[in-house]
Amino acid sequence: MALFWVYVLLYGGFMGLVLVRPDLLSWRPFGGVNLAIAAGMGLIAAALVLAVVYMLARAGR
Amino acid sequence: MLHDSSALAVAIFAGFVAAVLGLSFWLGRKKQSAAAYYAAHGEVHWFVNGIAFAGDYLSAASFLGICGMIAFSGYDGFLYSIGFLAGWIVALFVIAEPIKALGRFTFADALDAKFNSRGIKMAVAISTLVVSVFYLIPQMVGAGSLITPLLGLPHAAGVMLVGVAVTLIVVTAGMVSTTWVQFIKGSLLVLFCGVLTALILDRGLEVNAGRPGLEELTPQVRTVRTDGRVLVDGKPQTRDHDLRAVGTIARLPDRFAGKTSTGPLRPLEYLAALEDSTIITWSAKRHVDDQGTHVTYSPVERKGADLLKPGGYFKGLTSGTLAGRLDFASLMLALFCGTASLPHILIRYYTVKDAAAARKSTVVGIAAIGIFYVLTLYLGLGAMTSGALDPTDTNMAAPLLAKSFSTTLFAVISAIAFTTVLGTVSGLIMAGSGAVAHDLVENVCGVRMTDHEKVRCGKLAAVGLGIVAMALGILFKNFNVSFLVGWAFNIAASANLPALVMLLFWPRTTKQGIIAAVTVGMAASLGWILLSADTFEKVYGLAREAAPMPFSQPGLVTIPLGFLVLIVVSLLTPPPAARSENAG
Repeated sequence: MALFWVYVLLYGGFMGLVLVRPDLLSWRPFGGVNLAIAAGMGLIAAALVLAVVYMLARAGR
Repeated sequence: MLHDSSALAVAIFAGFVAAVLGLSFWLGRKKQSAAAYYAAHGEVHWFVNGIAFAGDYLSAASFLGICGMIAFSGYDGFLYSIGFLAGWIVALFVIAEPIKALGRFTFADALDAKFNSRGIKMAVAISTLVVSVFYLIPQMVGAGSLITPLLGLPHAAGVMLVGVAVTLIVVTAGMVSTTWVQFIKGSLLVLFCGVLTALILDRGLEVNAGRPGLEELTPQVRTVRTDGRVLVDGKPQTRDHDLRAVGTIARLPDRFAGKTSTGPLRPLEYLAALEDSTIITWSAKRHVDDQGTHVTYSPVERKGADLLKPGGYFKGLTSGTLAGRLDFASLMLALFCGTASLPHILIRYYTVKDAAAARKSTVVGIAAIGIFYVLTLYLGLGAMTSGALDPTDTNMAAPLLAKSFSTTLFAVISAIAFTTVLGTVSGLIMAGSGAVAHDLVENVCGVRMTDHEKVRCGKLAAVGLGIVAMALGILFKNFNVSFLVGWAFNIAASANLPALVMLLFWPRTTKQGIIAAVTVGMAASLGWILLSADTFEKVYGLAREAAPMPFSQPGLVTIPLGFLVLIVVSLLTPPPAARSENAG
């Protein structure tokens, strides 16, 4: 359940950024790729990482 | 635009669809004869099941709608991808395990397990029906968009073709699609999107898509006259006098000065180069007078950096209005909560018996779906600059992008998407007709039927649903299919999620609370959508301003409303009998 809240925080944080400070998303720190794209791909990767962690944690029990 | 059909494309398409359908029937028969074996072991390999998850979840809407939205509006389509994937986290972490502990296999069973109530059955059957119909609309609209460029038929003909084909399949043979067919569809979809992405990166970015004629940037007007005739720029539409294909790059980044093409690019280079390019997108403006309806498509020069940030589709984000922001927040909440509330996704979760294998297959599913969504970003951006877009239909972006590479690829991509539509539509029609025949007519109305009558009642319901789906598919033509799927998620999340979550985590939940939450959540979200500005404008043809609802996506209000209704009604009614009584 803790993992779920981690993701809620990431997802909510990103959507909050889109709603409140969309100007920040044009920032381009990653070799010319802007924050909007990087964060989106990051969220997709994060979902996968958390799912794997969850799977391993449950299997370890 | 009018589209030419190609004999080769039609042949590949027909062969592919026939092969998948044939395989589906063959595997279905084989499975039936080995039913005992399957029931005894239930051992579908977790990897196969995981890809099958992707095959199930990645409907035509994901593929066509998201690509189209990115191609026409930039980044915002990717926000749908993020939301669709996030929903799996809710399904995996919150809903799946406790519901598995209930030892039930379907959504209605799970909700009804504790109470065995006719009221719950009726509420859940109706909500299943409504969600199914709303999920059917985008599939039918997507089918029309696939058929148009492939066979050169109008949109309505494509919708009718799918509707008749699927209804026939369901009525004559029943639904025999299996995990293996979903596995084949899912893996082919991801594989061919990968191939397309590789081709896009290899082509790089080209000024005017490297083709003459596309540099002409004057507005184009399409008129549908009151007598039904179609004019382009004031003259009758023919194959020689038609709207021009759009979607081009006007200028490449400075470091490519003097060149007309960047040559092959690496994935991140591609995004960076696109951000520094200048792109021509086309805006549409509708105008009605006594002659008919005119739509003017005008070129707009935009910086790549502006297209790759939020706000292109969700105009409310950039206009800064509160309603616009709430609309967006509402949609993102519905996508997050919706996946775990879709009855057919929950059912799929239980095809693997063992809990560890179920978790593993979900991880594989998330991986495949995640990769697919990253690929669709490239597909959408590739289509945006392909010079092949039809300005009248956003949903056609992905097939037309494939066509800009080769007719064969186009036929294969269309065939994969089309079989996905067929599979999803027959599944939904089966689920809907089951809800009508089994739940509503038999259990709720108490009509006793023989086996034969039950089958006939289900088939009649399937025909009825097929007709409804065709009518709605034609009516909703002008909507982007992802947008329509967003509505289905809104209704599913509003009607089902509160009941599901509270039943699992709040012992005080009562039967009346569940019935009230499902009914109110469904009625409120459905009513809200029917009274929203988007429906007023694009379905009824009325002014946006006449709509009473402040924004179009209901989830932000109706999901909490469902929880509230459930809590209040549960507290007002006697608590349920202690769990131990029901344990046996």
